[in-house]
Amino acid sequence: MTFFVVIYWIVAVGFLVWSVFNPYFSVYVMPFLVGVVLLLFFSIVKYWRWMSSFDKLQRAIIRKNIWSWRFLPAIWEAIRESLLHWRITKKNILLGYMHRSLAFGWFLLIVVGAVQAKMAFPDGHPIWMAIFFNYFEPEVDLSAFAQAEFFANLMDVLLLYVLTGLMLAMFKKVWSRPLGMKRTTRHTLMDRVAKLSLWCIFPLRLLSESVTAGINGNGGFLVTWLGGVFDSIGLANPAFEYTCWLLYSVALGVFFSLMPFSRYMHIFTEVFLIYFRQLGVRDSDKKTGYTMFELSACSRCGICIDGCPMNRQLGIVNMQGVYMLQSVRNLELQRNAEPIAENCLMCDRCVADCPVNLDLSLIRRQVRIKNKAAIDTKDGYGYLRDVQPFNAIGRVAYFGGCMSHLTPDITSSMETIFNAVGQKYWYMDRDETICCGRPLLQQGFEHQAFELRRKNTELIANSKATMLITSCPICYQSFKKEYRLPIPVLHHTEYIDMLIKSGRLKLRKDDRRVTYHDPCELGRGCGIYDEPRDILRATTTLLKTAEEREKSLCCGFNLGNPLLDLDQQTLIRNAARDNLMAPHPDTIATACPMCKKAFAHADNVPVKDIAEIVAENIVKN
Amino acid sequence: MKQFGFTISSGRSINLDDTNFEKVDKLLELVPSYKWCIGCGGCTATCSAGGFSDFNIRRIHTAFIRGQYSELDKKLRQCMLCGKCLLVCPRGVNTRALIVNMRRILANVETNTFKAKEVVQ
Amino acid sequence: MKSISIIGAGPAGIEAASVLARQGFAVTLFEKSSSVMKNVADKAFLFPDFTAAADIVEDMNKKLLNSNITQRLDTDIVNLAREDNNVWKLTDAKGNSYYSDLVLVATGYTPFDAHRKEELGYGIYGGVVTSLEMEKMIRYDQIVNSMGERPRRVAFLQCVGSRDEKSGNHYCSKVCCVTAVKQAIELKRRLPDVEAYIFYMDLRMWGQHFEELYRQSQQEYGVRYIRGRISEASGTFDGRVQIKAEDTLMGLPLKMTTDLLVLMVGMEASEGTRCLGKACGIAGEYGFFQSVDPHLNDCRTSLDGLYVCGTCKRPMSINDAVNDARAAAVVLALSVRD
Repeated sequence: MTFFVVIYWIVAVGFLVWSVFNPYFSVYVMPFLVGVVLLLFFSIVKYWRWMSSFDKLQRAIIRKNIWSWRFLPAIWEAIRESLLHWRITKKNILLGYMHRSLAFGWFLLIVVGAVQAKMAFPDGHPIWMAIFFNYFEPEVDLSAFAQAEFFANLMDVLLLYVLTGLMLAMFKKVWSRPLGMKRTTRHTLMDRVAKLSLWCIFPLRLLSESVTAGINGNGGFLVTWLGGVFDSIGLANPAFEYTCWLLYSVALGVFFSLMPFSRYMHIFTEVFLIYFRQLGVRDSDKKTGYTMFELSACSRCGICIDGCPMNRQLGIVNMQGVYMLQSVRNLELQRNAEPIAENCLMCDRCVADCPVNLDLSLIRRQVRIKNKAAIDTKDGYGYLRDVQPFNAIGRVAYFGGCMSHLTPDITSSMETIFNAVGQKYWYMDRDETICCGRPLLQQGFEHQAFELRRKNTELIANSKATMLITSCPICYQSFKKEYRLPIPVLHHTEYIDMLIKSGRLKLRKDDRRVTYHDPCELGRGCGIYDEPRDILRATTTLLKTAEEREKSLCCGFNLGNPLLDLDQQTLIRNAARDNLMAPHPDTIATACPMCKKAFAHADNVPVKDIAEIVAENIVKN
Repeated sequence: MKQFGFTISSGRSINLDDTNFEKVDKLLELVPSYKWCIGCGGCTATCSAGGFSDFNIRRIHTAFIRGQYSELDKKLRQCMLCGKCLLVCPRGVNTRALIVNMRRILANVETNTFKAKEVVQ
Repeated sequence: MKSISIIGAGPAGIEAASVLARQGFAVTLFEKSSSVMKNVADKAFLFPDFTAAADIVEDMNKKLLNSNITQRLDTDIVNLAREDNNVWKLTDAKGNSYYSDLVLVATGYTPFDAHRKEELGYGIYGGVVTSLEMEKMIRYDQIVNSMGERPRRVAFLQCVGSRDEKSGNHYCSKVCCVTAVKQAIELKRRLPDVEAYIFYMDLRMWGQHFEELYRQSQQEYGVRYIRGRISEASGTFDGRVQIKAEDTLMGLPLKMTTDLLVLMVGMEASEGTRCLGKACGIAGEYGFFQSVDPHLNDCRTSLDGLYVCGTCKRPMSINDAVNDARAAAVVLALSVRD
């Protein structure tokens, strides 16, 4: 590393010195160049450090896929998200326009500017020419540059594009609702200074180009018109012109210098993240280099705050994804990392909303694991050694889950369904459940969770059961993502859906009107949205709700937040309940014992698990 | 002279005059809902770990609040944090936070999770 | 003479109607169902002295035989409003209107719906019944388990839907403790060899002879008491119920298979109470009515001319409700005179 630093600075200083002697140089260009040099240096150092901190598995994945075709979807995703901001546009058109105008607009300004400079100076030009083109242009004879006017106007259109976005951004500071954001991030001082410098860049560019146009008459329609205005009030003089270009360069220089230390690091980091993700790299339970990329890919846009139930129902706005990432990233904020990390439902709404697709829950879990390390013991579960194995050859294993003991309607309905289709089953946890381990893992007790997984895996694998079916989405996500089982794992809605579609289970249709609540762990957690709906449509009338699927509202009783009291959970639950009750259903359907307990008897409307509804409507052959 | 009749083990009797309540105060600061416990035993009744072992959560937290801390740390490791106790408690005690914080206090691990209730800058 | 409307023909409503009628007031008694004393009629024998509920019902029915009382059964009053001329307008579910000068609301309670405590298996396992169903079994001498046979063991669980954050009711329903003791004794009288267990958190024996009843249940009838809350019930293959509790005095988890599990359900504000509470703005906690002051002004509400009595305010025993009704009637009568 030291070697690199030395070489880099030798080259950088050399470059700066060389620049001074370039014919197209003016002293005001220096702040810009210094900014670029600093930006490149710190970016390279950071990225290098992070890439060397990838763990073994991540490195293996990169090595395996780096020469594959995967860079193509990566490029497409980078264009779609980093430049065009499709996901943000889907949330709100104006918000998308605002972000896109800056990202895509600036990108085009640079690219088109580079082309413009190349065509105007076919014999070569220094790199800053594209940035300060209008200043240097009058010194050159452009008769050979046929499209000079077209390019000048195009650059003006692009500048106008960026400026309209900037105006939207300023408007958003005053009133953010029309841009779809009820709340936005509280920024640190560094971010605010960097933002100020960013906001100065384009108005200063407009100003500088206009004054130059006022003096020389060059440039596109916009700057020439504005230049005329300056001329008429006597400001079209070289002294003022020089000041403007100097300020523009300073704005650029300040922005670039601050970029690696502010939220704007996301500009480059996002592209790297997209690439690594397309290669197949994933996060793990420990902080790795990949985590560092994620931390800096967060642009602090605040969209995670907007949808968060802690904000919407409780008004708590200091723990959302953006602040959690900040507390991990910034050393001064690390003393707050623990309370911020703990005070979250882990409902994954922010993960679904995040325009950069950051795995916020996983990173939060990393912090929790670190905080629990001192009390994460391995020796507490000796009592499980005596749990006897069971022979379940030819049967499916049914795992109700810990909570299912408190919702016997669900388990007895599943038994009815198994019997109706003649399925031999082993009800694994009829008497007592050995917890799947996910509640422990989500709280950060990774070793303890591992012990439970080991015992359950042993019981399941040795039983020779053909398939594992579970009623609890928390367990389901655990079995699918954290266990390595030799048999397929299904949630009972997947299983029932399979039975219906294969004709093994026939249901009558009743006249109930039903709304369905997507459990966080089943929906956002595992992507199962359709099977429950298909089942309900086969046997009742399914009504849509305003916030469903990825936008489903957490019932508040998820085991993710150990700090909430019952009143706070009730507020969150009420919002979810109101959403489900809005279409005035006869019954609310859920697919999770926890959610069922949360909603139990909302407003005299019965709450039933899908298994119960199915069991009620079985047509016997 | 050998002290007759007094041992360190909490089995004999409780002497509240001699008890150090520092850990209890800390626990109540971290989990204020524990003040509402009426010792009904619903938590132990439903406990997953209690179904496989002699882990008795009500006994453990009652011992803690009486200042009888010995051997509790080892016992608490048996909890699976499944959350059933939380769902049955009639007083709304946050039993999971209780267990995690008892473990933290007994292991002398400092925590500032109570700050989550304040505004964190 | 002022006209008075009383809403609710339970013990409170009827007693108040009787007292006021004898004072010479014209009383209209509204009742939403087709018979009076519905909640009491379902009971067998009342604590603490095992008076037959049917006797009380008969006595109350006799009180209605007063020419000043007009009964309006099958009339569900859903709205109450004061008109400009200080007359109260009562509207029923069909849209009919009635007028009177003063109103006394005695809309009573409804038992907690045990389906809401799903983990106790009510509605899922045949062996799980509520205390009301047990009353019927005692009354008609039909004490049977889910297979229709004589039970060998019966367990009672206290505080179902009361003192329970999860049901939304923090309060104590007052009468369930002594009711369980009473039912256990009645059970043992009819089936001497049955084992009776009462699972309690506290035993609230507040009334006259209650503590003696408790002692009698232990001494003469061998009823067993276990201090611990049952957290869940599950069904067995032979139609029995297995419960999980903790014996807190032993400090050990406890499992037991029983033929019948009787859930002592608490009292909640009735549908009528909730409805009228919202309509008039006199709803207090948990949907019960709020009187002006529970010490010296328990029958008045914040609205002039609107009075409340009985279990629509809070859980009460039958004699409490009757005494409360009498008090309300007197307060009402005095207010007219002044």
